[in-house]
Amino acid sequence: MIEVRNLTKRYGTFTAVDDISFTVEKGQILGFLGPNGAGKTTTMRVITGFMPPTGGTAIVAGFDVVENPLEVKRRIGYLPEMPPLYLEMTVNEYLNFAARLKQIPSGQVVEKIAGASRKVAISDVGDKVIKTLSKGYRQRVGLAQALIHDPEVLVLDEPTIGLDPIQIREVREMIKSLAYEHTIILSTHILPEVDMTCDRVVIIDRGKIVAQDTPEGLAKSLKGTEKLTIMAEGSAEEISTAVTEIQGVQKIVDSASENGVSTLTLECDFQFHVRKAVSELMSEKGWALLEMKVEETTLEDVFIHLMSDSSEEVVS
Amino acid sequence: MRNVMTVFGRDFRSYFSSPVAYVVIGLFLVLTGVFFYLLTSSFMQYATNLQWQAARFRQPPPPVNVNHMILRPLFSNISVITLFVVPMITMRSFSDEKKTGTLELLLTSPITTAQIVLGKFLAAFFLYAVMVLLTGVYPLVIILFGDPDVLPVAIAYIGVLGMGAASIGIGIWISAMTENQIISAMGTFVILLFLWLVGWFSNFTTGFLAGFFEYISIVEHFDDFAKGIFDTGHLMYYVSLGGITLFLAHQSIESIRWRS
Repeated sequence: MIEVRNLTKRYGTFTAVDDISFTVEKGQILGFLGPNGAGKTTTMRVITGFMPPTGGTAIVAGFDVVENPLEVKRRIGYLPEMPPLYLEMTVNEYLNFAARLKQIPSGQVVEKIAGASRKVAISDVGDKVIKTLSKGYRQRVGLAQALIHDPEVLVLDEPTIGLDPIQIREVREMIKSLAYEHTIILSTHILPEVDMTCDRVVIIDRGKIVAQDTPEGLAKSLKGTEKLTIMAEGSAEEISTAVTEIQGVQKIVDSASENGVSTLTLECDFQFHVRKAVSELMSEKGWALLEMKVEETTLEDVFIHLMSDSSEEVVS
Repeated sequence: MRNVMTVFGRDFRSYFSSPVAYVVIGLFLVLTGVFFYLLTSSFMQYATNLQWQAARFRQPPPPVNVNHMILRPLFSNISVITLFVVPMITMRSFSDEKKTGTLELLLTSPITTAQIVLGKFLAAFFLYAVMVLLTGVYPLVIILFGDPDVLPVAIAYIGVLGMGAASIGIGIWISAMTENQIISAMGTFVILLFLWLVGWFSNFTTGFLAGFFEYISIVEHFDDFAKGIFDTGHLMYYVSLGGITLFLAHQSIESIRWRS
């Protein structure tokens, strides 16, 4: 549905997006993840035909954005980071304008406005002036604008930024529910968002793709090591020294003690039976083992891992 | 064409959803009304004097020309007031859309930049035309109570509209280059004022330069219209100035896509 090929975008001497390629299948939600200034918005602006690439191209629903931007624009709904709202208009006036801009035949305009309003749950504020709406509602009006012509592709730039936690959850649910009919690209720098909503993740940093996979796949790729947290009675130092001698324990990430109970986080090699060895050690020494758990590798770990890798490369 | 009308409709309505249209039209009508009142009053004074003198010498009063004494100076004044009013009309055009980010909506919709520029131009021009045609009550009063030539009045209106179209083109172009409404209005005003004053320079230069200054002066071209002389050359000047500035506006919006 969307195919980005060797896309490069330079502003003067600054390279914002450097030779990236990825594809999104029909009906998928692709999460575009990266720190601020990584090139997410630039990539989205090229895909939506807002600006042409310096090199490479993007093909959306069979049309090339460079050669046929109008056809691409007909098939894309775009919600920029700042929803493009005319504050002095009412919601219905605004959606009417958006519908006409997107060349919906006059006879269908009313019906399409009602449909889009229902999808994002703003039917009750149709006659309100946009200026008087809360941030969450404004975001939804922006989303309704992107949806109004039933585009095959939806491009959402940081759709949950600036919303409160309840609104964030609502918008995420909304996006998920849209995936059946639309192919979606959404950008974010919030990791759990990707975990919760996306089928695929592209991680981008300084204009380059550093990883792309499913969220689970990415987490798995980092699972050479696992994190083990133990909680036991005894002094943190004694336990640390004893534990480091176990085969497979690579390092102690964190240690703390409170009221004679110590909590340690270990990084261990996957192949060794570290947990068995730890519990044997505890009973041998007579320390009461209160808790032991393996921590799941989260996308956050992957992200931090990747980001620190790439910044090291830059330094060296 | 439907795309142009979509942009036109939203822009034209937006003038009325803020106080801009009301303030601009109100100010314009008050100012032109004051000029009309003063011109009519001094005409009355002049005419009464003539009549009084004629009675004194027992002769019929000489004919006085209403067109010459009221309407021609009225249109010259309208053309000057236009210089101040047009920047107020066009200052929001693109500047506001750039500032609030709504330009991104327009530029990612299946509509060409030319259609956007044309829609915005027509909205501003239509507002201007409504405003100018409302001043039609003044000549109408003269027609009801006097005996002016109507054709020169119609020609003068063609001139006012032509001059407005060219000025609005300049305003749209400037607003396409900045997201600041004040800069947009000031820039337009300065350019219009320059095009107005430049005619003077022709008095102090000779040869090619004199002709050139005279030619680019926006007001020099209006003089004939005010006199009731229809010259397609003057109309061409306004049309080409409007065309060039709209083309420049188009280029400057397109360049956002390449630079930003």
